[in-house]
Amino acid sequence: MSIDLKTIKHISKLSRISVDEKKVEKLAGDLNSIFEFIEKLNELKTDNVQPLTSVAETTLKLRDDKVKSKNLRDQIIKNSPQENEDYFVVPKVVE
Amino acid sequence: MSEITKQSLSELIKNIKDKKLSSTEVTKAFVERSEKSKKLNAYVTEDFSAAIDKAKKFDENPNLDLKLPGIPMAVKDLFCTKNVKTTAGSKMLNNFIPTYESTVTQNIWNEGAILLGKLNCDEFAMGSSNETSFFGNVQNPIDKDLVPGGSSGGSSSAVAAQLTPITIGTDTGGSIRQPASFTGTVGLKPTYGSCSRYGIVAFASSLDQAGPMAQNVKDCALLNEVISSYDEKDSTSIDFKRNNYSKELTNNIKGKKIGIPKEYRIDGMPKEIEDLWKKGIEYVKDCGTEILDISLPHTNYALPTYYIVAPAEASSNLARYDGVKYGFRADGENLIDMYEKTRSEGFGAEVQRRIMIGTYVLSSGYYDAYYLKAQKVRKLIKNDFDEAYKKVDAILTPSTPSSAFKIGEKTNDPVSMYLNDIFTVPVNLAGLPGISIPAGHDAKGYPLGLQIIGKAFDEQNLLNIAYAMEEKINFKNKITDWWIK
Repeated sequence: MSIDLKTIKHISKLSRISVDEKKVEKLAGDLNSIFEFIEKLNELKTDNVQPLTSVAETTLKLRDDKVKSKNLRDQIIKNSPQENEDYFVVPKVVE
Repeated sequence: MSEITKQSLSELIKNIKDKKLSSTEVTKAFVERSEKSKKLNAYVTEDFSAAIDKAKKFDENPNLDLKLPGIPMAVKDLFCTKNVKTTAGSKMLNNFIPTYESTVTQNIWNEGAILLGKLNCDEFAMGSSNETSFFGNVQNPIDKDLVPGGSSGGSSSAVAAQLTPITIGTDTGGSIRQPASFTGTVGLKPTYGSCSRYGIVAFASSLDQAGPMAQNVKDCALLNEVISSYDEKDSTSIDFKRNNYSKELTNNIKGKKIGIPKEYRIDGMPKEIEDLWKKGIEYVKDCGTEILDISLPHTNYALPTYYIVAPAEASSNLARYDGVKYGFRADGENLIDMYEKTRSEGFGAEVQRRIMIGTYVLSSGYYDAYYLKAQKVRKLIKNDFDEAYKKVDAILTPSTPSSAFKIGEKTNDPVSMYLNDIFTVPVNLAGLPGISIPAGHDAKGYPLGLQIIGKAFDEQNLLNIAYAMEEKINFKNKITDWWIK
C-alpha cells in the first residue's frame, strides 16, 4: 500500500488540518513508512476473533438524571478565543 | 539529617510528622533547587510563590494525619489544575486555564500536598523523548544532551534531579515506565480503570492511565494509594477494593511464580539489556520465587496494533480543538479555513501525523482493514496475557530495548522512535499494571530499567515484587548536578 499525494489531501481535508505543498512530500514519506510497519497485522488470520473494544470488562453504571452543576456560563466561556456576551464567536457562516 | 531535597518522600513525611521539618522549609528547598535547575527545562509553568504561601498556611495549622502532609510536588502538564495554566505541551493550549481540577490531582491536594508547578511533556503525550513539546526538549539529569524519555519527560527529569520528591505522569504506551527507565527512577502504570481520567487531557482513552513516579518503590506505593480511586465522573473508572499499598508493602514474595516471555528476546537487542534481564531473573530467584518460561506469541504485533488504535482514538479526541470554545485560534477567511489554519498552526508535526493516521484508519473503506483488524489483534494480545496468568503471578521483562538516547538522534525517523515502546505497549493494550524499576547501568553509565507486569488489579503483588527486587539490586543513581555548576 502506498499513500499518494491525493490521499494526503483527502486525509488533510477530513482531519481539518491544512497541509502546505512544502510539507506534503515529507508527510507522505513518514506516513508510508508507518503504514508499512502497520501492514504486519495482515500476517494474522483474525476472521473468528471478537474485537476488543474495552479492557474494562464492566457494564456502564447508571446514574440518576439530575443536574449537578449549575451557573457555569462564565466558566465555560472564560477560555474562548472570542466571545460576545454569552456566545462563542466564529467567522460568519451565513451570508 | 541529610539535605532536604535528597530525602525520599517517606523520609520527608516522617520529618514533617516529627516536627523536625516544616512544610515551608521543605517547599522552599525544592523551589530553590528548581530555580537553580532551569537548564533542564523540566517546568512549563512554575507556581512557586503560591506553593510557599500554601506551605506557610499548612504550617499554621498542620494536619499531620494526612498521607502527604505539606509535601510539595510538581505534576505533568497533562492534568488540569484549577486556575493554573494547563498546556499538554502544546501551542494549542498555551492560553488554557482550567476552571476545574482533575480527580487525580484533587486526591493529591486532599491529602495535604502542595502544587509546585506543571512539568513539561511531549505534545498531547505523543512522543518517547519529550522532543515534541511546544516548550522545547527536556534534559536528562543523568547526562547532558540525553533525552529524559517521554512522554512524561519533565516528570522523570524532575524526580531524578530532585526538583520534586515525587510526581505523577500518564502512560498510554509507556510514557511513565520508559522515562523512569531512562532516568534511574521508579514509575508505575496502574491497571486501566484504577485512576480516574477525569480532567486529564485525553490522548487515547482506552489506553490512558495516570500513575506515580518516584525515587523508590515505597514512595511509589504511597502515591498510588492516594491517586487510585473510583470516580463516577469517569465512565471507565472501576469500583474494586483498593489496598493500602504502602502499608501492606512486603519484601516477602516467596513462592510467587514469575514468567519470562521468550518473545521479548527480540532481534538485535543489545547484550547489555540481555545481561540485565538475566541478572533480574537471578534477583527474583534469590527472593525465593519460581521462574517459569512463558510465551506471549502476539508480542510482535503489539506495536502495529498500538499505532492504529492510539492514533484512531487521538484523532477523535483531538477533534475538539477547533479554535472555537477554548485554546488557540488562527484567523481564517471563513469557518472551515479558520478550523484548518487553527489546527495546522496549533498542533506540532507529530500530533498532526498521528491525527492523520487516525483519520485515515477510521475513514470510509479502511475502517475494517485497519481499525477493526487492530481491535481483533488487541484481543489476541490480551488473550496471551490471560493464558500466561493461569501459570504465573507476574512477568519480568526489560523496560526498554536501550538506555536513553541523544537529543535529536531519532527525531527524523518516526518508526525507530516508536520501537522504543516495544516492551511497554503490550501492557497498555491489555490494560494491565506495569512498573519499571532501575536495575543497573550500561557501559556509558546510563541507567537501565526492568519491568514487572502484574495481573489486573494486582498492584499490591506487583509492588511487593518490585520492593523485594529493589532491595537486592541496591541501585544508586549517578547524578552529578552538572546543570547547576
